[in-house]
Amino acid sequence: MIFGLSESQLIGIALTAFETVAILLAVILTAALLIWVERRLLGVWQDRYGPNRVGPFGILQVVADMIKIFFKEDWIPPFADKAVFVIAPGIIMFTTLMAFAVVPFSPNLGVVDLNIGILFVLAMSSLGVYSVILAGWASDNKYSLLGGMRTAAQMISYEVFMGLSLLGVVLLAGSFDLRVIVESQAGMWNVIPQFPAFVIFFIAGIAEIHRAPFDLPEAEQELTAGYHTEYSGMKFGMFFVGEYLGIVLISCLVTVLFFGGWLGPWLPGIVWFVLKASFFIVFFVLLRAATVRPRYDQLMAFGWKILLPITLLNVAITGAVVMAMQ
Amino acid sequence: MLSVLRTIWMVLLHTFRKRDTVQYPEEQPYLPPRYRGRIVLTRDPDGMERCVACNLCSVACPVDCISVVKTEDETGRWYPESFRINFSRCIYCGYCEEACPTYAIQLTPDFEMGEFDRQQMVYEKSDLTISGVGKRPGYNFYRVAGMAVGGKDKGEAENETAPVDVKTLLP
Repeated sequence: MIFGLSESQLIGIALTAFETVAILLAVILTAALLIWVERRLLGVWQDRYGPNRVGPFGILQVVADMIKIFFKEDWIPPFADKAVFVIAPGIIMFTTLMAFAVVPFSPNLGVVDLNIGILFVLAMSSLGVYSVILAGWASDNKYSLLGGMRTAAQMISYEVFMGLSLLGVVLLAGSFDLRVIVESQAGMWNVIPQFPAFVIFFIAGIAEIHRAPFDLPEAEQELTAGYHTEYSGMKFGMFFVGEYLGIVLISCLVTVLFFGGWLGPWLPGIVWFVLKASFFIVFFVLLRAATVRPRYDQLMAFGWKILLPITLLNVAITGAVVMAMQ
Repeated sequence: MLSVLRTIWMVLLHTFRKRDTVQYPEEQPYLPPRYRGRIVLTRDPDGMERCVACNLCSVACPVDCISVVKTEDETGRWYPESFRINFSRCIYCGYCEEACPTYAIQLTPDFEMGEFDRQQMVYEKSDLTISGVGKRPGYNFYRVAGMAVGGKDKGEAENETAPVDVKTLLP
C-alpha cells in the first residue's frame, strides 16, 4: 500500500504512464520523421530526389537536422516581449500533443477515453491559435504581426466549419467519445453518409494547422516567414515540429472520424490505423506540392460563402434523417 | 475547384516520371572538348613549351588574373620565366585562349578545382603545364613562324619563302 493504493492499482497506473509516454514518443518521432518524408515526397513530385545522402535513403537527414537545430544560436531579439516570445512555441507543441490524448489508436491503445473527446480536440486546436498569435505579437515585427493577425482570422473562421462538420458524425454515433465513434462505424465508414462533412473537415483541418495551400500566416513571398520570422534555433524547431504534429493529428482525426479508425479486415487494428493515417499524411504533402495559395479575401470568402452553407445544410439534413429513422 | 483537383491529379502522376536530377559525383555529365574549364599550358609536338611569354593572354584577360614574366634562352627563344593564374579570379571566359598566338594556353573540360584555402587557387607554371598538345595536335609555332631561333634561320620555316635580299636588284 503506497498512497493508499493497492498493488494492482499501482501496476495499472504504471502501465498507463508507460502507454502515455510510448504514444507521446511515437507521435513526436513520427512528426520528426515527417521532415524527411515531406522532403522526399516533394522531390518525387517535382521530378527530383530530395535528401538521399545521409544514411539509407537519406533517412538520417532527420538526425542531421536535429543536431543542426539544437546547436543553432538561440537568439531573442532585444525588442521582443521576452516572456511571451519564449512561451509561444511551447503552446503549439503542448496543445497539439494534448489533443492526441483522446485519439484511440487501436481497440486497447489510447491514453484516455473522454466522453467529450471531440470537444476536447476542438478546444485544444483552438488554444493552439494562441501560440501563433502570441508569437506574432511578441516578435514586435510588422510581418510577424501580420502573420499572427491572419492566423487569428483564418483559424477562428475555419474552426466554425470544423466544429459544425463534426456534428453530423456525432449525430450518427450519438456520442462525442472518439472510441464510440469508431465503433459505430463497424457497419459503414462515416465517409459515405457524411462525405461533405469529410471534405469540409479536411479543408478546415488544413486551414487550422495552416498548411499549404492555406499557409497564409507564413506566406514566404509576402511575409518573409510570417509569425516565426524572428525565431531561431529550437524555438523555431518547436513551430516546425508543431506543424508536423498538426498534420499527424488531423490525419489521425480524419481516420478516426470518417474512415473507421482501426477497423479493417485481416490486419491488426493498429496497422490499419497507421496505414489510413499515413495515407492522409501523404495527401497533405501532395496538397503542398500541387496547390497554390489563395488570396486572403478568397480564403475568407471561400470559408464563409461556400463552406458554411454546405456545412449547415449537411447538419440539417443529417439531423432530419436521424430523426426520421428513430 | 475542378482545376485544383486536376492539378493535384497531374502532380500525382509525376510519381512515375523519370527524375531530372543528375547524381553528380557518382554520375558525371559529358562535357564537350570545347568546354571552358581549368586552364592549361600545352607543349608542342616536340615536347617543348609552346608559350612565348608574349603577354597577350594577360592583356586580354578581363579580370587580370594572368601574370607572365618573360625571359629568353641563349638562342633568342622567348619563354615565360613564371606563369601564374589566379583561379579564384578567373571567370573562364576563354579570351586568353583566343588571344594566344601559339595555341599554348587552352581551356579544358575540368571544373573540379574546389579548395579550402584561397591561396591554393593560384596556379604556378608547373601546375599549369601539361605534357601533351591539348586541342591542337601537330602545331609548332617556331616551325611555321618567321623568327630566327636556335638552329632555324630566317626563311627556313615551313611554307616560308627565303628572305628578300635588299642589297641586290636582281629578281
